[in-house]
Amino acid sequence: MKHFRYLTKEAIMKGVFFLAACASILAVALICLFLFANGLPAIGKIGPLDFLLGQVWKPGNDLYGILPMILGSIYVTAGAIVVGVPIGILTAVFMARFCPKKAYRVLKPAIELLSGIPSVVYGFFGLVVIVPLIREIFPDSKGTTMLAASLLLGIMILPTIIGVSESAIRAVPESYYEGGLALGASHERSVFFATLPAAKSGILAGVVLGVGRAIGETMAVIMIAGNQPRMPAGLLKGVRTMTANIVMEMGYAADLHREALIATAVVLFVFILLINLLFSVLKGRSKE
Amino acid sequence: MEKINIQTFRQRLKSYKRSPLSLLLFLLVTISAIITVSALFFLIAYILVKGVPHLTPELFSWTYNSENVSMLPSIINTILMTLLSLLIAAPLGIFAAIYLVEYAKRGNKIVKVIRVTAETLSGIPSIVYGLFGMLFFVVTLHWNYSILSGACTLAIMILPLIMRTTEEALKSVPDIYREGSFGLGAGRLRTVFRIVLPSAVPGILAGVILAIGRIVGETAALIFTAGTAPTVPESLFDSARTLSVHMYNLSQEGLYVDQAYATAVVLLIVVIAINSLSNFVAKKIAKG
Repeated sequence: MKHFRYLTKEAIMKGVFFLAACASILAVALICLFLFANGLPAIGKIGPLDFLLGQVWKPGNDLYGILPMILGSIYVTAGAIVVGVPIGILTAVFMARFCPKKAYRVLKPAIELLSGIPSVVYGFFGLVVIVPLIREIFPDSKGTTMLAASLLLGIMILPTIIGVSESAIRAVPESYYEGGLALGASHERSVFFATLPAAKSGILAGVVLGVGRAIGETMAVIMIAGNQPRMPAGLLKGVRTMTANIVMEMGYAADLHREALIATAVVLFVFILLINLLFSVLKGRSKE
Repeated sequence: MEKINIQTFRQRLKSYKRSPLSLLLFLLVTISAIITVSALFFLIAYILVKGVPHLTPELFSWTYNSENVSMLPSIINTILMTLLSLLIAAPLGIFAAIYLVEYAKRGNKIVKVIRVTAETLSGIPSIVYGLFGMLFFVVTLHWNYSILSGACTLAIMILPLIMRTTEEALKSVPDIYREGSFGLGAGRLRTVFRIVLPSAVPGILAGVILAIGRIVGETAALIFTAGTAPTVPESLFDSARTLSVHMYNLSQEGLYVDQAYATAVVLLIVVIAINSLSNFVAKKIAKG
């Protein structure tokens, strides 16, 4: 009898574990359902082309074109890549191949800390350091610009890129590097021309992950990008990203305006899903 | 073996003279690493220097008003929010990981779906979580802007993190433990709770600490779910702002820059403490 009771307990707990494991499926399903159910009707009402390619966002006049925000997100992310990717990859190379053990013990926690700092603190730092600096160098500019957002996001995606790239470089077999040395190449040349090309897919996966972080970043960007809802007009002008659009106006929006904001989130969500897909393809390739 | 690869300083100089490219590459990686680390230290030093003088006792008064903009209620809210989110996410995440590692059979289709959805969840930006939380918990379930809505939203957000770290911790428990337990006649359930889980505790703990870091730093997911009331909630259905949200509000209003600096100091100290704690736990694991 006692044994029987233990068996039912075993079966029940197995069910509990299984249900817990299904929580993430349920969460993704609910997120998709609620976002699409609330956002897609608005896209239908506004017209998909007017919504995605419309250049004017004036909720007061019933004009809901989010092309300025889509371009804003893409430009700011591109800027962050220009700043963050070279520094990130080179730092990863340094950590994996050049770093003395003692320095590594400082460097590794420092980079982990970089990824742990809250985005509001980054945003505030940008507001009190980067924005005044840009205002000083370019007196015509207000400071809250695309340049400021790109610089700050470039710093923010560093830990993501460094982390993934470092493990990709470390995963390359030692024989590649030794082969380079044996052929007479210097340490630097072997690392850059034998090891690094072999880690290409993994590093690319890190960059893609960084892109995902940059495009989804909200609070830091809002604080320093200016947020004017017009077509991006240059590095020294303000931009509004999709994420900023949602947070700026969600507090007071109603009816179609509110739905249009949710639809903005749908577009952002689709972007992120595509980026995730690309990331898992690259990661799969780097494992082979 | 190691000895052969060591070069003296003079040998190095000579090789750089022969190939300037190597020198250039070496300089590039070193400078990049220095830039990364100095960005972090500059940020921390700047905020500490500017913020510590403004840490007045008034900022830690029991009640908030627009004169003292006290952060104490927000600190208490942050602790409550953290506890509540973990209470929901930790059992779910740990149980889910137990299912994936201890119960699921290889090549199971549902397991594949669970992994894909968990990966998707970890890539979704926090503002999308925030909007989903608003649509589902706040509007559909009528929980309004409340600490409960916020905690549920954050729970979904940290679920993949806890699942992944627990999975890794469980996988690192040697199979001999399980075999020994089975051999002594214990069932699967007893093996999991008495043998496997206790030896995986440090790994799980490190994941939970990381999750706490994410909760403390989160802003975008909370603005439209937990709201921005600067007081300690009386029930689960009251609005409450966490420290990060508090800091965002302070820096947006523009009147409280000094207080925003002080809040940034507190946030930074908390994040640094959390990171060192998780490093400490991780080192404990490595030592065994």
